[in-house]
Amino acid sequence: MRFLRALATATAATLLLTACGSGGDESGDGGTVTLNVSLFGNFGYQELYKQYESAHPNIKIKEHTAAYNDHHRDLATHLATGSGAGDIEGVDMGFIAQMREVGQQFTDLGTDRQSEYLPWKWQASLTKDGKQIGYGTDVGGLAICYRRDLFQQAGLPADRDAVSAAWAGGWDKYLELGKQYTAKAPKGTAFFDGGGALYNAVIGQAPEGFYSTDNTVVVATNPEVRNAWNLVVQAIQSNLSAKLIESSPEWNNGFAKGQFATIACPAWMMAKIKDQAKSFAGKWDVAAVPGGGGNWGGSYLTVPQQGKHIAEAKELAAWLTAPEQQAKNFTSQGLLPSIPALYDKPEIAGYKDPFFNNAPVGKLFTTAAKELKPQYQGPRTGDIQTTIRDGLVRIEQGKQTSDQSWQQTVSDVERLAK
Amino acid sequence: MAMPHLSARLDTKGSPYLYVLPFFLLFGAFGLFPLVYTGYVSFNDWNLLDAGEHQWVGLANYSELFHDSYFWNALGNTLSIWVLSTVPQLLAALWIAHLLNHRLRARTGLRMGVLLPNITSIVAVTIVFTQMFGRDFGMINWLLGLTGIGPVDWQASTWSSHLAISTIVMWRWTGYNALIYLASMQAIPHDLYEAAELDGASSFQQFRRITVPMLRPTIIFTTVISTIGGLQIMAEPLLFAGTSTPTGGSDRQFQTIALFMYEQGFREFRFGYASAIAWTLCLIIAVFAIVNFLLTRRIASDEK
Repeated sequence: MRFLRALATATAATLLLTACGSGGDESGDGGTVTLNVSLFGNFGYQELYKQYESAHPNIKIKEHTAAYNDHHRDLATHLATGSGAGDIEGVDMGFIAQMREVGQQFTDLGTDRQSEYLPWKWQASLTKDGKQIGYGTDVGGLAICYRRDLFQQAGLPADRDAVSAAWAGGWDKYLELGKQYTAKAPKGTAFFDGGGALYNAVIGQAPEGFYSTDNTVVVATNPEVRNAWNLVVQAIQSNLSAKLIESSPEWNNGFAKGQFATIACPAWMMAKIKDQAKSFAGKWDVAAVPGGGGNWGGSYLTVPQQGKHIAEAKELAAWLTAPEQQAKNFTSQGLLPSIPALYDKPEIAGYKDPFFNNAPVGKLFTTAAKELKPQYQGPRTGDIQTTIRDGLVRIEQGKQTSDQSWQQTVSDVERLAK
Repeated sequence: MAMPHLSARLDTKGSPYLYVLPFFLLFGAFGLFPLVYTGYVSFNDWNLLDAGEHQWVGLANYSELFHDSYFWNALGNTLSIWVLSTVPQLLAALWIAHLLNHRLRARTGLRMGVLLPNITSIVAVTIVFTQMFGRDFGMINWLLGLTGIGPVDWQASTWSSHLAISTIVMWRWTGYNALIYLASMQAIPHDLYEAAELDGASSFQQFRRITVPMLRPTIIFTTVISTIGGLQIMAEPLLFAGTSTPTGGSDRQFQTIALFMYEQGFREFRFGYASAIAWTLCLIIAVFAIVNFLLTRRIASDEK
């Protein structure tokens, strides 16, 4: 008994002392050159890896995929601690400015490909001292994906031109159609997925978003930010939202169970839908976005300086983002190229996707991309998006009124940007 | 001749130190050094992304923490989840151990079985439970629906999220504590029970008057250990959120201190502030562990 007590005290003391420390882990590699590619969501590279590996027998490619927020937080941590990052790291539009601020951590990819890219896409990953830290993969563009069958059941027009025309006047019209849908909605479905996702689409159309071009946060003062908020709140209060949080497991499940009839649809969202809603092939369709234009997301491939195989990684990143591969990735996955020369190629501009009821996605998205007015993104864009999403979730969960939640959101954003 | 003499003396005098040295070396490297270094960092304004750029600010991080409403919120959540998980956990463990102490069929199998939740990956456990607590298609809401109770959005409100997280913690640690109780129950001399039986004591009286007092050191041990573990909970609330944002829900309704520390360190990259949180948490745990130690010691000795 005395021994047990002594043991208890000793163990407790040790645990107490170690309670304040923490550790991390990392992995190594060997043999032929293994390139670790760390991504989020779905970049659709599996086929391309095989092609690359058979052309380069000494290269093996290993992909690691994490959820959107996890991925970017991990990358920042790995950069900060100097180890653990992949040889190639994907970075989303929402986080590229944060990475741009610590540009010395990335390999300079040079300026030889500048003329290929959309100017704003190229500019967004350029550091102050002119280093290029990322090869652009895709741009988001913006459309609305919708379920034809659910529209029909709710007695709404299902034809894509009619749908586009119905909300061509702007988001107010979208809400109006939503109210009509909700009045006769098939059981267990809502008009759209969740407030956060809708918000990203609406603010993506504004000329100025969360930042002014001198890197100042303007969330509290930019009327566009508040207008978009009010619009989404109105949609939530009209019961149009399925109240699913973007990129959560429940949201993924929502595709499979058909919990919502429309979703704001950047080109990369089509890849997501194809992944998650396989059983609804042919029932989805794509219409133009209310108000026209806008962008949400799009990504880059970067090569962190801490990697062991920088030259090989750079070569692979350049290959994966080369025009030929971007074109393939559009027809196989729906990811819209960031290389405008491709937009007029018949295999792209004329592409129709059978999954989306043969919608002319090529024409739809390339037109949108050409009209797109780029919005300046600052260092904390991604985290500000998440903060605003949480604010909207508080309203969806009935925890706060719009004003209470807005005030808390603004002070959270201020804290974030401090 | 002096050589063997010296080595023999070194052997008896020196070797004990040699034997305990590995522990102290490891403890120094992985326990003491991080602890002291974290203390140093906590007095600096230290941005994790700026390659270790830092500036001495004295106690500024601590005074900011003291006025930070999100810290007090996290402290409240931590204590609530800790109480909700620890108290039922230890009582259940005691009861399970009592049952396992009887002659049962497949006794070894059952005894090992209670440890299974503990060796399952915490991530797997949390993901499964998070699905069970799902709002739209979760099993628990389905069961509640059968009894006519409307679906609960487990993540949305404070109490429901705390309850769900506590369930995960309880599921994981009850068996572990039960085994520890069982081990020391078996060390209780059997003649005590025989004597009590002769005096006409019921099974419950035996449990209360013999088992619990004899388990006193073990109860102290498990209480202290559960305090240390319970106040450091992080993985469960992080994964419970689904999107793994470290804010612990839309309104920080289930953000624990450890999660708050993680948010400040690895989302805000405020290494100094996060270190100050780490040290404050360490002190809070020390205070709670000592208080618990004193309390459990008194309660158990009252029984004698």
